[in-house]
Amino acid sequence: MKPKAFDYMRANSVDEAVAGLAKTGEGARILAGGQSMVPILNFRLADPELLIDISRIKELDYIKIDGNAVQIGAATRQAKVMAWPELADRIPLLAKALPHVGHFQTRSRGTICGSLAHADPSSEIPLCLAMLDGEVILKSASGERRLAAADFQTGMLSTAKRDDEMLVAARFPIAEAGTGYAFDEMAQRRGDFAIVAVAATVSASKIRLGVGGVADKPTIVEWGNIAGDELDDALNAFAWELGGYDDVHATARYRRELVRRLGRRVIEEART
Amino acid sequence: MADQIDTKPYVGQSIERVEDGILLTGRARFSDHQPTVTGTLHAAMLRSPHAHAEIVSIDKSKALAMPGVSAVLTGQDLTEMASAFLIVIKQPMQHYSLAVGKARYVGEPVAVVVATDRYKAEDALDAIEVEYRVLDAIVDPQKATKPGAPILYEEVGDNVVSTREFSYGEPDKAFAEADRVIKLTAPYPRNSQTPMEGFVVNADYIADTDSYDVASNYQGPFTSHPVMALALGVPSSRLRMRVPAFSGGGFGVKVQIFPYVVLMCLCSKVAGHPVKWVEDRLEHLSAAAAAPNRVTEIEAAVKNDGTVTAFRFDQLDDYGAYLRAPMPGPLYRMHGTLTGAYHIENLAVRNRVVMTNKCPSGMIRGFGGPQMYFAIERLMHRVAVELGLDPLDVIRKNLVPAGSFPYRAAAGALFDSGDYQTAVERAVNEGGLEDLKRRRDAARADGKLYGIGYSVVVEPAQSNMGYLSNILPAEERRKNPKGGAVSNATVNVDPLGTVSVTADSLPQGQGHATVLSQIVADELGLTPADISVNMELDTQKDAWSIATGNYSARFSSSTTVAAHKAAVKVRNKVARIASVTLNVPADQLEFADGKIFAANNPENSLKFYRVAGSAHWTPGSLPDDMDPGIRETGTWSPPELEPPNDQDQINTSLTYGFVFDYCGVEIDRDTGQVHIDKYVTMHDSGTLLNPLLADGQVYGAFSWAIGCALFEEFAYGDDGSFLSGTFADYLCPTAPEVPEPLILHMETPSIFTPLGAKGIGEGNVMSTPACLGNAVCDALDIETVSLPMTPSKISALIHAEETPPPAGGAKQAAPAPAGTGRVIKGSGETTVPAAPDEVWRTLLDPDKLAAVIPGCHSLDKVGDDSYRADVSLGVGVVRGRFRASVDMSDMDPPNSVRLSGGVQGPLGASKGAGNVRLKAVDGGTHVTYDYTVEISGKVAAVGGRMLEGAARIVIGQFFQRLVSQVGGKTAAAGTSPAGETLWQRILRAFGIGR
Amino acid sequence: MSELSGTARHNISFTLNGETVSGSAEPRMLLTDFLNYELGLTGNHVGCEHGVCGACTLLIDDNPERGCLTFAVQVDGRDVKTVESLAGREGDLNDLQLAFRKHHALQCGYCTPGVLMSLTAYLEHTPEPNEEELRDMLSGHICRCTGYVGMVKAALDVVEQRKAKA
Repeated sequence: MKPKAFDYMRANSVDEAVAGLAKTGEGARILAGGQSMVPILNFRLADPELLIDISRIKELDYIKIDGNAVQIGAATRQAKVMAWPELADRIPLLAKALPHVGHFQTRSRGTICGSLAHADPSSEIPLCLAMLDGEVILKSASGERRLAAADFQTGMLSTAKRDDEMLVAARFPIAEAGTGYAFDEMAQRRGDFAIVAVAATVSASKIRLGVGGVADKPTIVEWGNIAGDELDDALNAFAWELGGYDDVHATARYRRELVRRLGRRVIEEART
Repeated sequence: MADQIDTKPYVGQSIERVEDGILLTGRARFSDHQPTVTGTLHAAMLRSPHAHAEIVSIDKSKALAMPGVSAVLTGQDLTEMASAFLIVIKQPMQHYSLAVGKARYVGEPVAVVVATDRYKAEDALDAIEVEYRVLDAIVDPQKATKPGAPILYEEVGDNVVSTREFSYGEPDKAFAEADRVIKLTAPYPRNSQTPMEGFVVNADYIADTDSYDVASNYQGPFTSHPVMALALGVPSSRLRMRVPAFSGGGFGVKVQIFPYVVLMCLCSKVAGHPVKWVEDRLEHLSAAAAAPNRVTEIEAAVKNDGTVTAFRFDQLDDYGAYLRAPMPGPLYRMHGTLTGAYHIENLAVRNRVVMTNKCPSGMIRGFGGPQMYFAIERLMHRVAVELGLDPLDVIRKNLVPAGSFPYRAAAGALFDSGDYQTAVERAVNEGGLEDLKRRRDAARADGKLYGIGYSVVVEPAQSNMGYLSNILPAEERRKNPKGGAVSNATVNVDPLGTVSVTADSLPQGQGHATVLSQIVADELGLTPADISVNMELDTQKDAWSIATGNYSARFSSSTTVAAHKAAVKVRNKVARIASVTLNVPADQLEFADGKIFAANNPENSLKFYRVAGSAHWTPGSLPDDMDPGIRETGTWSPPELEPPNDQDQINTSLTYGFVFDYCGVEIDRDTGQVHIDKYVTMHDSGTLLNPLLADGQVYGAFSWAIGCALFEEFAYGDDGSFLSGTFADYLCPTAPEVPEPLILHMETPSIFTPLGAKGIGEGNVMSTPACLGNAVCDALDIETVSLPMTPSKISALIHAEETPPPAGGAKQAAPAPAGTGRVIKGSGETTVPAAPDEVWRTLLDPDKLAAVIPGCHSLDKVGDDSYRADVSLGVGVVRGRFRASVDMSDMDPPNSVRLSGGVQGPLGASKGAGNVRLKAVDGGTHVTYDYTVEISGKVAAVGGRMLEGAARIVIGQFFQRLVSQVGGKTAAAGTSPAGETLWQRILRAFGIGR
Repeated sequence: MSELSGTARHNISFTLNGETVSGSAEPRMLLTDFLNYELGLTGNHVGCEHGVCGACTLLIDDNPERGCLTFAVQVDGRDVKTVESLAGREGDLNDLQLAFRKHHALQCGYCTPGVLMSLTAYLEHTPEPNEEELRDMLSGHICRCTGYVGMVKAALDVVEQRKAKA
């Protein structure tokens, strides 16, 4: 289980990295923490010509408050974000979700933006960004653009990022007073990818529920602040709308069951 | 019957391990870290992506031309250099290290590349071109027995390759006279304890002597040594096997290295250099070995008071694609104990061995015990429920009575010692069963799902090497009766009087060196630190037998005895030398604190090392009949291990421990997760040689049993695709998932082993899955449950009916694809603004077709209605190159056509078929289509979690785009919502996206 | 930095257990293979090569990371520590290693170096974890022999010892 040959470039700046992308095009891939990419390479399921390693670009290793959002650079590791003292106040949903992301040993290397760029439908971080209506910043040799999370992740392992672009930062909106946040997931073992992940935000007038692991990307639904049977009915309708699929670990029906039951749990938790 | 040894200073103590220093500092050399000869080459294997396929041709020319490549071997090459492996039964089932003629499971080695390093060897694998003709595969063992099932071995003509029936006592009478007959079907899944270190083989062919020198982390039994030598066509003295002292776990799995040993030997012979192979994790999970999955139909004849008078077993054991020796061991190793811990005199058994298109089964910790006890102990629980009795009372009523030992069980096991009743009552009291019942009652009162389970197990150790001969009828066995089990250990004293020990137990982490140092230290009056133990084994230098190895809890009741015998020999010799100087008869000398002294006058003493050393320095001064030097080998075979008798009774093992478990579980109603509230496990394993290490064995067995019960299974699709190729798919429990059990001990010494020890390493692998199964059935009030008890499965048992979709309310997704995720079915329709004739022409025009097939490098028309293409397919970062073939049939121009074909490449293979129908409508053609795609090989094996959806797309894309092209270039734009990407459309088509 | 060709070996140099080491590797060579085959280290073990089992966990600039998900060229100029760094020059075991021996926290010992390196980093990061937190951290490792009981006891023992010393 050894990778195929590839060229390697350790970029010292964003300019270097995007120049590499511009030059090599489709065959170039960004390597940040490598926690998803390198297993794929080791299994020889990918065949990049060039890996552009951005893990040592200092200008991308930051957490900063910018306007009404927390902006996190592409080389910023998950562990650093988890250890940021303001996280629970500024992005409570991410604070609740990050302990579910992999393990101590992978969070110390894996990045927030790498998870977003990989666009795994079961991943917690893309679900959080979508739930919060966050944004990503994409940069290429010809410029920079921002995309809403909903427009960025287009499907299974697929994003709207062009081949000449790299994701340089993610922007998570800062928590609003009067809104409750909750996150939960069902994974068979600690740290596994979720069979179903659920996130909820509840304010006086609105319930927002996000589900990962059931469709090809995080799916968000919004209701008024409903409760009781009305909420159960809404959850059931949403579960059936998502449908789900069978795999080795779980049936579609189980996934729907979790949408109903864990969905209810996180909404109740976010209410309090 | 063996004399018992008095208690000694070290045996029985929880001393820290002598192995640990070197392991904790990273200095231990595991097999991959053994030094290699300069010029050693490295092997990598091409493995079948198909579960069942004829190998039409293999073109290795491109691979041979790759940089660094020395050799490429195929199955055909092997048939010219080696013989097929001997197998245990008389059937025409040929097995070589590489597939010959056809491949019978996903992951079967088809070719091997030898190159200067592993990276280059893997590069060359991608250049080997294999043409397969895919055959229908059979996965389910019960379906495999049915007429019309695909057959693995045409020469045999049946997938059931061995059937044997046994009867003990008067089972028919017992069933006829029973108050009730209670039945259960108990399926047991495929799993393995998957050691953290995989197989490693380093083989060197020595042309001068036509011999082979092999270093490997092989674990025995050395019954496989003659199998390997015969396959290689050399005398066994010319196959030198060397096993390093440290192995990264074995659990039985490393028995199954032997076909790779032969393969690397042949590679070395061809390449002219030593060749090394290190198994990777995907290879291990897909192709090393699995415990045989078994379907047991079991019946009990019972009286209304809970007394069981007879068992009837129908065991269908699934050995996968090849019957590698010593298979079908798991079906026969437990044979003597088929009545479990119970006094049941009547027993009927049918054993069948079935072959299917899965990884060959093998020796795995528990070796047939988990399957058997899951059936027995689940049935005993059912007996209690059906009769309205307490499950523990039913167990108590049927246990082998105290005071009846040695006890001959119906099928022949001779239980050496025990007091099962006392063990149960002690565990009930010391483990707090009454408190656990109160916890259950309180939880249930709160509306929670809580259950209690029990299980009892007799744990065999040191297999009778004759157990497999019971697969033959008595008249055939008589010609060549087999029994016994030989163990060897050597104690050496060097010229400075220091002591070293070697032994034949090939430890895989249990701490054998520590225990041997305790035993020898006690005998010679030294400390364990004084004893150097070297656990390497070298068949050209060390004492060994066919029983040599590490399996079936062999060490504590076997190799320890040989070591003790060797130490006694050394002691006697040293005592005789000392008796001259001390002027005390040898039998009145004692050994302690490094001294030899007169029992009645400790002042009259000599240092051990001085006396022992003199055997080297001054041989002339030794007693007349004494050989110089001190090197003594202890060899032992217990007389109780007789061949099976004419009534098919066999004492399958030497010692029999006892395990009693109970537990409380709570099940989360929302998620279906099983939480173990409390687990108590009582062991009577005879005398404990080192309680710290004994507990380690219990914790380890329990931990794997948690995996078996709740997490682990090698999953296969119906087409034989393998679905558990990563540690994210094959779920080994980690620290948060494994609770700490309460371990209790009772010590009833074995009367057949001088140290009184029995085995302890396998008990919980047998008891715990059944105990947890019983607890879950109790919690949910259900009759049967299959392992592993995953949340998804349990949730469906809790919630009988799913909440229906809202009537006419919200949108509803298309039905999920059927099957287990690798068989993808779908259908669709679209309207194309072109007449059917034009659509039809597009379909048949190679240039048009090539232009739109994604990543199409070339497309050739190879027949009237057949195409071959070279395509790159991918999603996200995942991308690979494939050869695709498409055939058109059932052509009804311009109305309908059937498309079938497949793709194949290093990432895997798929085959599919679809129907396309064209119908003229206003403004164009209405196209409807349906398709089925099956995915196999690497993408299926590793895709389960990491790449599930991506794999579907990669393989499905070709077909999907082909269908799109039939609809013309407007199809996509015309039928997709604005902004939808190609990927979304494809995903939607496959029922994944919305 | 210029591109490194995929088909050539490139010189790399880094600090390994306190000493500067160097060698050459193709970009695709995994750090685990470099340590094992190029430098002849025996302490770093490979268990799955896809980042799940944790056997190859080592410290890069004192962060616990998977050696099998790291290319050797990536550690050029960095500080790498493996299990060989824990004991003293004379082979005297450190407190964690001693506790592992005392509590029988290892059997075959194959996963142990990775676990020790994780714990080394973790106890710096979280000096006084409770059992649940420890088990959560250990979920990044697979051990097939021990059932994790000894590891948890050993780590808690070390926590207490260090607390007493502080």
